[in-house]
Amino acid sequence: MSEVSAGSTTEGASTTGGASTTEGASTGASRAEVCAAAIADAFKDDGEIFASPMGTLPMLGVRLAKLTSNPDLVISDGESLFLAGVPPLFAKGDVVEGWIPFRRVFDVVAYGKRHVMMGATQVDRHGNQNISAIGDFARPQRQLLGSRGAPGNTVNNRTSYWVPRHTTRVFVEQVDVVSGVGPKRAREAGPAAAKYNDIHRIVSNLGVFDVRGPDDTVRLLSVHPGVSVDEVVESTGFDLAVEADVPTTREPTESELMIVRNVLDPRNLRDREVPPVEVAR
Amino acid sequence: MSKPRTKQMTVDEVVAELSDGMTIGIGGWGPRRKPMALVRAILRSDLTDLTVVTWGGADVGLLARAGKIRKLVYAFVSLDSVPLEPNFQRARQNGTIPEVVELDEGMFQTGLYAAAQRLPFLPMRAGLGSDVLVNNPWIRTVASPYADENGDFEELTAVPALKLDVALVHLNRADAHGNATYLGPDPYFDDLFVQAADRAFVSCEQIVDTAGLTVDTPVQRLLVSRMSVTGVVETPRGAHFTTCTPDYERDEKFQKAYAAAAGGSDEDWAAFEERFLSGDEAAYQAAVAAFHAEQEATA
Repeated sequence: MSEVSAGSTTEGASTTGGASTTEGASTGASRAEVCAAAIADAFKDDGEIFASPMGTLPMLGVRLAKLTSNPDLVISDGESLFLAGVPPLFAKGDVVEGWIPFRRVFDVVAYGKRHVMMGATQVDRHGNQNISAIGDFARPQRQLLGSRGAPGNTVNNRTSYWVPRHTTRVFVEQVDVVSGVGPKRAREAGPAAAKYNDIHRIVSNLGVFDVRGPDDTVRLLSVHPGVSVDEVVESTGFDLAVEADVPTTREPTESELMIVRNVLDPRNLRDREVPPVEVAR
Repeated sequence: MSKPRTKQMTVDEVVAELSDGMTIGIGGWGPRRKPMALVRAILRSDLTDLTVVTWGGADVGLLARAGKIRKLVYAFVSLDSVPLEPNFQRARQNGTIPEVVELDEGMFQTGLYAAAQRLPFLPMRAGLGSDVLVNNPWIRTVASPYADENGDFEELTAVPALKLDVALVHLNRADAHGNATYLGPDPYFDDLFVQAADRAFVSCEQIVDTAGLTVDTPVQRLLVSRMSVTGVVETPRGAHFTTCTPDYERDEKFQKAYAAAAGGSDEDWAAFEERFLSGDEAAYQAAVAAFHAEQEATA
């Protein structure tokens, strides 16, 4: 099921600084393709676990990982079947390798062999996530989905977040409702909450993050090609942990691009979620 | 040969068994295999002050818009292809549901298990550290009596039993005695709803002979046993506009029209209600058929 971002926010398309912003200088990869490879990398060391992506880019990234770095991943049709093959986005798989109705998803959550990548209407400095409501919970300004499985996911299995439009409205000092639990709150809630709390990556259209900053805060791991550190900092509504040398997110390889473009997403659904960036001339 | 009793009823006879203030569990999941004909019958009734327990879809939206809900217990409310349910959003933003209990979706299953097993609660991790416990301070934690590998006595969420007065579920096939089978990809949690309730009513696409329940489908799909069932209703297309795979899929065109009316002006909603919800179930199904004929004519 897809997640929803809060309201309509507009992206500052131009980048800061005088650096040239040629998108995908070496391979011609689009921003969406860079994101897909970054998401795939979030799953590459997971081993033989159930990868649960929510949304278009997470699904693309997970399937890319299964076809490249981690063939052992277990993937589903998002409904009730484990797929033995790796079909294109939203296509039916031909070979089925298991049954995963919702009740068994909950079993796998508790079992722990799962990595979910959820959306986030808000993420805060401590890696808490909100998909429940904006404003006061008792009488929200904007009612969202509800907390869904986020409270359970974040204290049971590895959890990552995908943010297609990185703005100060998404990356906020403090979320209005804590659906997904970050490491600090988990620790404060006691060993039962902290034991399996594992917020792994936050991937946005601007960069890649983890929650290993000082005092368990969100930390910038890399900026996507064509994005400056300043742009990420300005688009973030809290004090982001930034280390001295921030690397650039790797570009997808030629074979990854071939897989994304010709196999997994020939209809180019990825560009609808992350539109190509205007290249400054 | 002795035969168990027959429990066949109509949708309106089921609703006549309900009363104001009851706690009603609604089966299915979001916009999937919901007992919508029973929900529509509630809309036609004078019932009020209901506590509704559901992994929510348009069941919540419709009941909330009609002012039937005093308390809502949910983990999400969504129509999938329309992620946010407009009537639910509107009700929450206008404060017209007096009390809400938002749970993690796994806590919901645990709460139904507790009720089905006549336990006061069951422990789990979900909820710890999240605002589920902040917004529902009556949900308590419980210390494990056993030390874990680090010598800690883990403090877990004591998920309260979600005890239901009545469960309403919709399955593909049933016999007249209350045995019922699903034919789609997912049982959802209809067996749990039924067992968590004092009384359960099963609506279905078709009532068949008991032998017919397993004639072309494996016995493992027999989800609900008659010992948990009070009444059975045959109501073809009774899950419309949610999925009832393989009998039919979600009616996306109709759902779009529903969502547009729900998210539109008061007049838009009044027109939708007048067209689709002012008559009985047969009138509803006829209005839906006319809607599709119109869509095709203008296509």
